Amino acid sequence: MITVRNLSHRIGSAEILHDLSLDFPKDGITAIIGPNGAGKSTLMGLMARLVPIQTGKVEIDGHCVAKTRTEALARRMAIVTQRVGVASRLRVGDLVGFGRWPHHHGRPRDEDHAAVERALAAFDLTELRDRFLDELSGGQNQRAFIAMGLAQETDWLLLDEPLNNLDMYHARALMARIHALSREGGRSVVMVVHDINYAAAWADHIVALENGRLAFEGAPREVLTAERLSRLFGMEIGVEEIGGRPTVLHHA
Amino acid sequence: MSRPLLLTCLALAGLVLASVSIGAASVSPWHLLSDPEGTKLLFLSRLPRTAAAMLSGASMAVAGVIMQLLVRNRFVEPSTTGTVEAAMLGLLAVTMLAPGVPILGKMGISAAAALLGMAGFLALIRRLPPEEPLMVPLVGIIYSGIIGAGTTFVAYQADLLQYLGTWMNGEFSGVLAGRYELLWLAGLVAGLAYLYADRFTIAGLGETASIGLGLNYAQTLWIGLVTVSVVTAMVVVTVGAVPFVGLVVPNIVARIMGDNLRASLPVMAGMGAGLVLASDVLGRILRFPYEIPAGTIFGAVGAAVFLWLLLGPKRRAR
Ligand SMILES: Nc1ncnc2c1ncn2[C@@H]1O[C@H](COP(=O)(O)OP(=O)(O)OP(=O)(O)O)[C@@H](O)[C@H]1O
Ligand SMILES: [Mg+2]
Repeated sequence: MITVRNLSHRIGSAEILHDLSLDFPKDGITAIIGPNGAGKSTLMGLMARLVPIQTGKVEIDGHCVAKTRTEALARRMAIVTQRVGVASRLRVGDLVGFGRWPHHHGRPRDEDHAAVERALAAFDLTELRDRFLDELSGGQNQRAFIAMGLAQETDWLLLDEPLNNLDMYHARALMARIHALSREGGRSVVMVVHDINYAAAWADHIVALENGRLAFEGAPREVLTAERLSRLFGMEIGVEEIGGRPTVLHHA
Repeated sequence: MSRPLLLTCLALAGLVLASVSIGAASVSPWHLLSDPEGTKLLFLSRLPRTAAAMLSGASMAVAGVIMQLLVRNRFVEPSTTGTVEAAMLGLLAVTMLAPGVPILGKMGISAAAALLGMAGFLALIRRLPPEEPLMVPLVGIIYSGIIGAGTTFVAYQADLLQYLGTWMNGEFSGVLAGRYELLWLAGLVAGLAYLYADRFTIAGLGETASIGLGLNYAQTLWIGLVTVSVVTAMVVVTVGAVPFVGLVVPNIVARIMGDNLRASLPVMAGMGAGLVLASDVLGRILRFPYEIPAGTIFGAVGAAVFLWLLLGPKRRAR
């Protein structure tokens, strides 16, 4: 479980998160939703110690994020941030290989190579493995970075808007993959999603943020109602039941 | 062994042969080995000179790529970011204030000054908008120009301008056994950087990705900066800076092999060694029996390649 207690964050004079307390249940997928600027990425960054915590506390399976060594945390949790960007001229295979670095620190073993192969295969990247990152499309680049996070094979996987840039096929493949991991592999996933329908279809738990505060949380079928979503996003949103799942009709 | 590495080694072997056989005293390769006078020439002058050119080229190439990964910009290297100028300023300061300090001490002070100069540069570019990568080398050139001008002014006042000339322009004609050995230390430091190859590559992915992988980012940054400044200072102190090696070599190699230092660093070191040695050999031949400094030749060619990299076919800077 990831527990967040009394977490506040300010940048300059602006308070981005206000005294946030919530739990991310172990095993399963938690989807964080909310409007642009609600503080979703900030929350992720604080949980993954990318940004130092100012006030409050985050614990991951009982380990305080602020006090645990960063190498040790990298074996418990992997994060793929919202803006991966084209960083350097690495080959896809090498990039995904660096996902294993926290485990071998430069001396890969057979299990590390196997994990890389699995991650490459899971995202259709085997054919692209010798291509340089700066010679990929946006979605391919995004997939390479997610595959790196996946190759880390940690108990927790944090994904900030992983569906960005992905086509329908790869978006669903990604969701199916992490769903399978959370079921069979006993791994827990926290992800920021903007498309509520993906959250409704795949998530076990929903956390909705609004202006740096918790708007609501709970199981998708219970909390994804027309009334709550309309209030959260400040627009009329219809929710229909299709195939036994809440389906949001927000396109028109 | 990868193909680029093999080719680099072959080219290097040829260049070494050329370098030991060419010089003001015309001695055949055979005499260098059989004749006692020839052997003396070989070990006192030709081999040290060859080694000096290779060591400074290799270590400057390594320093250049480390800097590029840490700054996350392809167009920086010690001589375009104020590092070389700061090293010279430090050296000038010791020469003026404490001329009796032994060479290692001078080198240490020069390295410390280089580190400060680099820290200043990093603080400067932190304020630049990330979407304007070309601003980084431009600011670097202005910054090094300012430090360089200050150094020149001080040297002029103290009547030490001739020193600046030797530090600024890499030249190997004066290299003799006993007068260049500090460069082996530079080569050693650059070689040790290979142990950190993975870490530098990860740092090149940016701070957040590095933290995500559990890399001690601050420590890696410091180790990299210290490596760059120590190498720069040693090269400046012994033979003088060879500008653009750290820029041209990593750029060419990265185009072919990418940024995974574990694979590319040996090739970069080899190519740096080869190109500087080639410049030195060319400098000996072009106006025989007079010599053109290797730094001048590499500087002229390197500046042209630098401009081409900046302005030529569309390329991302990072
Ligand atoms: N460096 C910064 N300086 C000032 N304000 C910032 C900075 N970074 C983020 N913010 C502000 O913090 C708030 C939360 O940002 P955050 O990135 O967490 O939002 P988000 O919920 O992830 O939004 P999105 O859906 O657009 O990704 C926003 O109002 C943003 O403007
Ligand atoms: Mg965000």
